[in-house]
Amino acid sequence: MIEFRSVSYRLNGGRVLLADLNLQVRLGETLILLGRSGSGKTTTLKLINRLLEPSEGEVLVEGRATTAWDPIRLRRRIGYVIQEVGLFPHFTVERNVGLVPALEGWPLERIRARAREMLRLVDLDPEQFASRRPHELSGGQRQRVGVARALAADPPLLLMDEPFGALDPVTRAEMQRQFIQLREQLNKTIVFVTHDVREALLLGTRIALLSDGRLVGVYPPREFLSAPEPEVKTFVASMRDGGGA
Amino acid sequence: MSVFGFLVRNRGEVLQLTAEHLELVAIAMVLATLIGIPLGIVVTRKAALRRWVMGAANIIQTVPSLALFGFLIPVPLIGGIGSRSAIVALTLYALLPILRNTYTGIMNVDRAVIEVARGMGMTNRQILWQVEIPLSLAVILAGVRVATVISIGVATIAAAIGAGGLGTYIFRGVAMVDNEVILAGAIPAAVLAVLADVSLGWAERRLAVR
Repeated sequence: MIEFRSVSYRLNGGRVLLADLNLQVRLGETLILLGRSGSGKTTTLKLINRLLEPSEGEVLVEGRATTAWDPIRLRRRIGYVIQEVGLFPHFTVERNVGLVPALEGWPLERIRARAREMLRLVDLDPEQFASRRPHELSGGQRQRVGVARALAADPPLLLMDEPFGALDPVTRAEMQRQFIQLREQLNKTIVFVTHDVREALLLGTRIALLSDGRLVGVYPPREFLSAPEPEVKTFVASMRDGGGA
Repeated sequence: MSVFGFLVRNRGEVLQLTAEHLELVAIAMVLATLIGIPLGIVVTRKAALRRWVMGAANIIQTVPSLALFGFLIPVPLIGGIGSRSAIVALTLYALLPILRNTYTGIMNVDRAVIEVARGMGMTNRQILWQVEIPLSLAVILAGVRVATVISIGVATIAAAIGAGGLGTYIFRGVAMVDNEVILAGAIPAAVLAVLADVSLGWAERRLAVR
């Protein structure tokens, strides 16, 4: 589905954010990108939808290098959810959710129906929420709308950048539960960025650990806890200390 | 106050001068908006142009307004005695607030919103029209409002180069050392400025996005 081939990403000033990354994301899995701040997780994510282009190597999406894709076509096939949500404050919830279908030129009635269907999917009553503005929602509700928006055009691939990072622990746990349910219904390939080990263990089918722009390793959740690498141990310890959230 | 007596007695001429005044300002504002907003958008895209454009607009703003009107008199095509020079001068003056507010308005749109818009596959044009402009409209309009209020004041100087408007009374009053005549020009101009400020301020609040 996605393949990183010896990908490096350097800023113009020469600072290396990602060095020689080789990584595959398999169809239907939830791959977690785990790491501290500045480890290169978000950079990795943005290389997939070509918000960034590799300085070296290539990123293949569905077998084709991102630089060979029309960036607009590529991005419309990929759902994107970020921590700040980025809902359009001047759009109603319904228009936010229907954004990509509208860009794709769907007929109006179908956009409306789809937006309402998506809202129900994320457990928001369309009657109550469709015509609200983002500022009238709670943080958790906003984040749900963000997820509904990312799913609206039924993209096969979903990129999520710490989507639950700004939520309180109770709401976050609720969103994580719902995420698992949703994933079973929808069968998407998901790349999920987090710095929270518990979240990684709970949601991931595999966990890719990044440190200082390098891939430490890729582990199924069960093996992660006993992996020998020092950076893994640091993360596992942080969780045992009650931190890591 | 006898100013009001003067205004009532000369209401025909007062209306005529007010109309001239408004015409000068309206034409200049339309031109300044048509130039300033697109130019403001362009400089958000081209960092290299920004210094030059903003620099030029700033320099124009520092030229004393009476001097700017004077400078234009000998200039062919756009200059000369009369309303054409006045409109050009007013347009140049109005440019900076509009340009600056368009630029800051667009640059201050939440980066996360733009990032998501791009990530979801919006083209640059769609981002501009559907995200950046709607979200900065109130700020852009504030620039237009400030420019309009300034223009209504500055337009009184247009009378000095024979362009008419309410400045006619002010200059006449100064020459006659007659405060009543000065006020007959100044009061209507001030009223116009306040009305423009209030009505455009109202439109601005309507357009503000929370």
